[in-house]
Amino acid sequence: MSLLVKRVAEIHQDLRNKEYTVAELVRESRKRIDAVDNKVKAFLRLNEAAEEEAKKLDEQLARQGADNMLYGIPMGIKDNIVTKGVITTCASKILANYDPIYDATVMERLNSAQAVMMGKLNMDEFAMGSSTETSAFQLTYNPWNLEYVPGGSSGGSAAAVAAGEVVFSLGSDTGGSIRQPAAYCGVVGLKPTYGLVSRFGLVAFASSLDQIGPLTRTVEDAAYVLQAIAGHDPMDSTSANVDIPDYAAALTGDVRGLRIGVPKEHFGEGVDPEVKERIQEALRVLEGLGARVEEVTLPHTEYAVATYYIIASSEASSNLARFDGVRYGFRAEEAENIIDMYKQTRSQGFGQEVKRRIMLGTYSLSSGYYDAYYLKAQKVRTLIRRDFEKVFESYDVIIGPTAPTTAFKIGEKIDDPLTMYLNDILTIPVNLAGLPAISVPAGFASNGLPVGMQIIGKAFDESTVLRVAHAFEQHTDHHRKRPAL
Amino acid sequence: MRKGIAMKYETVIGLEVHAELSTATKIFCRCSTEFGAPPNTNTCPICLGHPGVLPVLNRRAVEFAMKAALALNCEIAEVTKFDRKNYFYPDLPKAYQISQYDQPIGRNGWVEIEVGGEKKRIGITRLHLEEDAGKSNHMEGGFGTLVDFNRVGVPLIEIVSEPDIRSPEEARLYLEKLRSILLYTEVSDVKMEEGSLRCDANISLRPVGSTKFGTKTELKNMNTFSGVQRALEYEEKRQAKLLDSGQEVVQETRRWDENRKETVPMRSKEEAHDYRYFPDPDLVVLHISREWVEEVRSTLPEMPDARKERYVREYGLPEYDAGVLTASKKLADYFEAAVATGADAKSVSNWVMVELLGYMNKNNLEIEQVKMTPQHLGTMIQLIEKGTISGKIAKTVFAEMLESGKDPETIVKEKGLVQISDEGAIREIVLKVIENNPQSVDDYLSGKERALGFLVGQVMKETKGKANPQLVNKLLVEALKQ
Repeated sequence: MSLLVKRVAEIHQDLRNKEYTVAELVRESRKRIDAVDNKVKAFLRLNEAAEEEAKKLDEQLARQGADNMLYGIPMGIKDNIVTKGVITTCASKILANYDPIYDATVMERLNSAQAVMMGKLNMDEFAMGSSTETSAFQLTYNPWNLEYVPGGSSGGSAAAVAAGEVVFSLGSDTGGSIRQPAAYCGVVGLKPTYGLVSRFGLVAFASSLDQIGPLTRTVEDAAYVLQAIAGHDPMDSTSANVDIPDYAAALTGDVRGLRIGVPKEHFGEGVDPEVKERIQEALRVLEGLGARVEEVTLPHTEYAVATYYIIASSEASSNLARFDGVRYGFRAEEAENIIDMYKQTRSQGFGQEVKRRIMLGTYSLSSGYYDAYYLKAQKVRTLIRRDFEKVFESYDVIIGPTAPTTAFKIGEKIDDPLTMYLNDILTIPVNLAGLPAISVPAGFASNGLPVGMQIIGKAFDESTVLRVAHAFEQHTDHHRKRPAL
Repeated sequence: MRKGIAMKYETVIGLEVHAELSTATKIFCRCSTEFGAPPNTNTCPICLGHPGVLPVLNRRAVEFAMKAALALNCEIAEVTKFDRKNYFYPDLPKAYQISQYDQPIGRNGWVEIEVGGEKKRIGITRLHLEEDAGKSNHMEGGFGTLVDFNRVGVPLIEIVSEPDIRSPEEARLYLEKLRSILLYTEVSDVKMEEGSLRCDANISLRPVGSTKFGTKTELKNMNTFSGVQRALEYEEKRQAKLLDSGQEVVQETRRWDENRKETVPMRSKEEAHDYRYFPDPDLVVLHISREWVEEVRSTLPEMPDARKERYVREYGLPEYDAGVLTASKKLADYFEAAVATGADAKSVSNWVMVELLGYMNKNNLEIEQVKMTPQHLGTMIQLIEKGTISGKIAKTVFAEMLESGKDPETIVKEKGLVQISDEGAIREIVLKVIENNPQSVDDYLSGKERALGFLVGQVMKETKGKANPQLVNKLLVEALKQ
């Protein structure tokens, strides 16, 4: 059995017991990447310095031991997280040659935890998409069935973990981009509370919604990775100054008396009957462990997708304006003047979906339309947030499916943006409300593809979310199944 | 010409002034704001707008903006926020400027100016905080444009006046007053030539008696206070001419061409940008506690108007002199330091107004570049008062102090400039002069008073100017009467 299907804590113990070295571990990861990534295509770029780093870590380990749980653990990073000296493209032609001059805060934290980055992972261009098909460079394939998408936008991050290429990865989640691919690839994906993890160095898509989070094979691993990356960052004004609890300590396995709200809107039209069944089975497991399950309502759910596409696109239209060909990245040749240079650079540099959203957002913010779109969307956002607050007055967590269906076929929805957008209907409201949520494997549909269960918590109550997810995981075997590659 | 226009039309002007704040670091990153550093050296990933960076607000910049707003009698917002102003330009790295759209830090202030002896208040609509853009240098001969990003992110305040200004002259007076107030608060260097103060103007004309505003034009690219006045005068004439001939003023932005001394069209209303303002999601709403406001208010110095009034009241100076002395805080501080040595305030005022300002103008110096300390000036004036040196000798001493920075007592001693007040010594010279100038003596005795002046001059000449002039006068008259 590959070392890479072990839990973080197991590997940590093995390294301390000198069962194997960091170099061996990293080589194992590289071997797996070489063996399967030509099929999965999760990586955009490999970190050629990884083996060198591993050797140094072994020397250090021999000299002074290793306290940090992530010491020497091979991992992958979504390509919209800035890595100093390693090309960061956001899977866009416009940043194809962008070589960052600084590290994202999460990278600094993982570096100080001394995890080993194996490379940068594919994604939808600028995180805009739900299938990783909008990447300007390559498709990524679902390890469970290579004809299917891995989900998105963090498709590379989910597929790399599912395929056993790395132990964990980081993704980013603006409307479901960690949780939906985690569900599609049968792994754990956690979107933390807005403000818990620094966004400094995450190339912004929608600043008021974006959050970085871990994708892992187990809930416990997610707790360890979150521990390493969470916490106040003076470089991010929206970063919360809150005490960070011991997340692993919260994994007690005890959910007795836990009050679970199950929103009826999350089991409505468009949700696959098999997906509903898996989640209902999962809820019975939690009930069997002593939790109380009741139906609740989130009445504004139906407006969430429209609200999201106005807010996210508005912010994106401004965030992506800096890619103008002046200072870095792609610049169109042979432009006649500055305006022409802007037009050609951006026309050639951005893909279809990105351009669609820039136009949508530009329109929403235009004078004369601002009140009807952007301002209205902000008001609806408040209503959606209140829906959750109301439920959380009486419940500890909210549970439902992560996505309405299992993974869809490559090419199936790419020409139908509206259907594609509806795929995120269950995850989007969580971003609008800024809440933490996790997707955990909840079994498989008859097509052999994984189903994900979403557990939503109160703001900054990751501990409860992780505790429930962990308790469920400990009483099921879904997370132990591996794709045959 | 202006009189003609003023009889027919009322001119309505509003000014938008940008002033750079003199914080040590930029508004959203830690780069230095130093002026004149080599291009693109005061930059970092944040102000260069690299992918993934985020702004963090500089608290000092907020305090400086509050201080300026308080000095301009503004109300300070309890809740304020920052918005993005979106437009593409090579010197704007993020393709948006972080500014304040609908919740400025300061509102409803005013500035008092004096026009033709009358005091008049110009309203301040708003004062807000924003970041500066970089500087584009368009190379001659089609070699392209070089961009210097050192200035990107330097904190700016924008001060928008009410349309209360009624003439180009009032506009200049308003600007001078604004400059003086900002200098007093020490939040900005306010140097138009270094670009730390910039001014745009809106101007329209309406028939006298009308209450409806006419169509306005916006003027840009004025680089001096007098340039603002000239541009407005030109535009006032241009609009009057159009209206006189029954034509309409086109709403547009016009650029002042200093060489051609005219305004030329820049962009029309239709070409105006849609900036798509929206709240910057990377920054949080800023709550300004009333304690913080009071803390900042307590750091405000005495403002120029109050100081001027005090000079009139306390020192008995004429309004005009008090106004000149208090226009710049540094000059007023200099004046007061000289008075503090015990010298007579009126004498100090005279020396500063005539000799010192004359010297500074001639040599194009700022007060802080003058070598002579205010203490030395005060001591010198006291030497005159005590009769140690004459007023005439004082001018030599003064020149020497400006030149070398030495103290007046040393100069007097070194050069032997002590005034001769010994009656015996002076009488001897007086008698000698009378003996040598019989003609002038006769003239004086026959009633020609002017001859006395000549004789005094001769005595001063003999003593190399060191004789006490009052004594010379007295002893000469006595001797001539004998």
